[in-house]
Amino acid sequence: MAGELICHCRKRMSSGFEIDARLRIALDDAPVTVLFGPSGSGKTTLLRFLAGLDRAAAGEIRFREQLWFDAGRGVNWPPQQRRAGYLFQEYALFPHLTVEENVEFAATREVAQKLLDDFGLRPMAQSKPRAISGGQQQRVALARALAAQPALLLLDEPLSALDAGTRTRMSYELRRLLLASGVPSIVVTHDRREAIALGDWMAVMVEGAIRQIGPVREVFRRPADLQVAESVGVENLLPAEVLSREHGLATLHVGGARIQCVDSGEAGPVFACIRAEEVAVTRDAAQVSSARNRMEGNVRTVILEGALARVELDCGVPLVAVITAQSAADLDLREGERVAAVIKATSVHLVTHPLLQ
Amino acid sequence: MDWQAIWLSVRLAAATTAILLVVGLPIAYWLAFSPRRWKFLVEAVVSLPLVLPPTVLGFYVLLAMGPRSPLGALYARLTGGMLPFSFQGLLVASVLYSLPFTVQPVTAAFGAVDRRLVEASWCLGVSRAATFRRVIVPLALPGIATGAILSFAHTLGEFGVVLMVGGNIAGVTRTVSISIYDQVQALNYASAWVTSLFLLGVSFVVLALTYALQRRIWTVWPAN
Repeated sequence: MAGELICHCRKRMSSGFEIDARLRIALDDAPVTVLFGPSGSGKTTLLRFLAGLDRAAAGEIRFREQLWFDAGRGVNWPPQQRRAGYLFQEYALFPHLTVEENVEFAATREVAQKLLDDFGLRPMAQSKPRAISGGQQQRVALARALAAQPALLLLDEPLSALDAGTRTRMSYELRRLLLASGVPSIVVTHDRREAIALGDWMAVMVEGAIRQIGPVREVFRRPADLQVAESVGVENLLPAEVLSREHGLATLHVGGARIQCVDSGEAGPVFACIRAEEVAVTRDAAQVSSARNRMEGNVRTVILEGALARVELDCGVPLVAVITAQSAADLDLREGERVAAVIKATSVHLVTHPLLQ
Repeated sequence: MDWQAIWLSVRLAAATTAILLVVGLPIAYWLAFSPRRWKFLVEAVVSLPLVLPPTVLGFYVLLAMGPRSPLGALYARLTGGMLPFSFQGLLVASVLYSLPFTVQPVTAAFGAVDRRLVEASWCLGVSRAATFRRVIVPLALPGIATGAILSFAHTLGEFGVVLMVGGNIAGVTRTVSISIYDQVQALNYASAWVTSLFLLGVSFVVLALTYALQRRIWTVWPAN
């Protein structure tokens, strides 16, 4: 199919780690795809397969109508032919060349000069890479990759070399530059905030396999399995049992409580995934409308994290809520106090119990 | 001083160094970047002259170049001349003898080039040959200079291989070290003194230059 990147790569590393990743991206729907997963899950290896820097033992890679790699037919395009721009973690700028020479390395003078202007690199054009800041180096690396007019951009943890303060700002800046370039991009990251700030689509990689792929918000809201839920940072993963299903709602038994959620077809033992920020805390449980789930419990700890407060409750099962520091102050929560956690039925997402998979 | 011998040695050393740069860089590139498991065998062969007695190397080179060997016969047919006891023969032997002095420092310098820079260049669509020329060689320049200087100095002082392959023909194969040997044999100690001192001086300068390069006393490319 035109307009798609289809990849299925398998390889057993000498360490025994096995990568077996299937990926299919509609390039026009997803200008920026985030390849997300914990460190050691094989993200960089997959990116190197795509770039042609490493070779998978089996599988194939198709980019639009080009067959880049097919182990069975012995097809393996070299990186030069694939024209996939690759941004290394530490940017890999040529230290013996100036910023200008780096951008011009594989480009015509006109293209390079325009990029130097567009990226605001003109004032440092004659500097050597080591003389400029990390954020500037990142822009040079991106300009250099775009100057070669790539068909696809691959970025390996592009923000990890920056200090934490500039990272968030740079992630929005990076997204703006990627969208402006019009080149479909795959960005590797293990940082949830980066994934949200950068991506349209998100592929979650766990233990060498792509476990879920979809729009970023969808993946965060509805993780496909327990490990994906863990890796996208769902704080509450509660063992539960589906008791009944009717009228599009499922009733669960969680801890000592019964709660309702949207019926998505699961039955029997499941895990209920509830994001901490979707849990509200109230003293006045009686006032809560019946459409909402209530779980009563004791306050275990309240930890202030800047403008937010993390409240850990004991509702028969441990439950974490993240509320604003202001409402925590208004509630005046004390340890051991009896409160109620309130959760919308639409905020509860069920995944199959791993033992049943 | 035997200026004729010194001039011959300098010409031999310069020609050897030039050939070694052409032959040695691709070998070093292969040794530095090839994933082949058996490359240690090639490394061992390249390094043989370091431990082999010069007479052994000279003996085999002499046999290989002789008119009865295929190589010698081919050379005779092509040029009408013979390799043993000629400047060209000496050159062949010197190249083999000094090979590790070029290949080892250059391999180390290539190996020290950040692999990601090479891959970055490939991903920009730049061919392997152009990447070698535009990224690897500039970054490995101190190592290449070291290899060239060491090969030059080593050829300048070689004795055993030259004697085996070239003999002792004034103006053709009598190099400076053989000239010293001749002078000592003739009990002409005053001449031997001067020529030896000259070689000692040259060797010291060359080594000082090499270590200065490695310590970046002068930057070959700006280190920022």
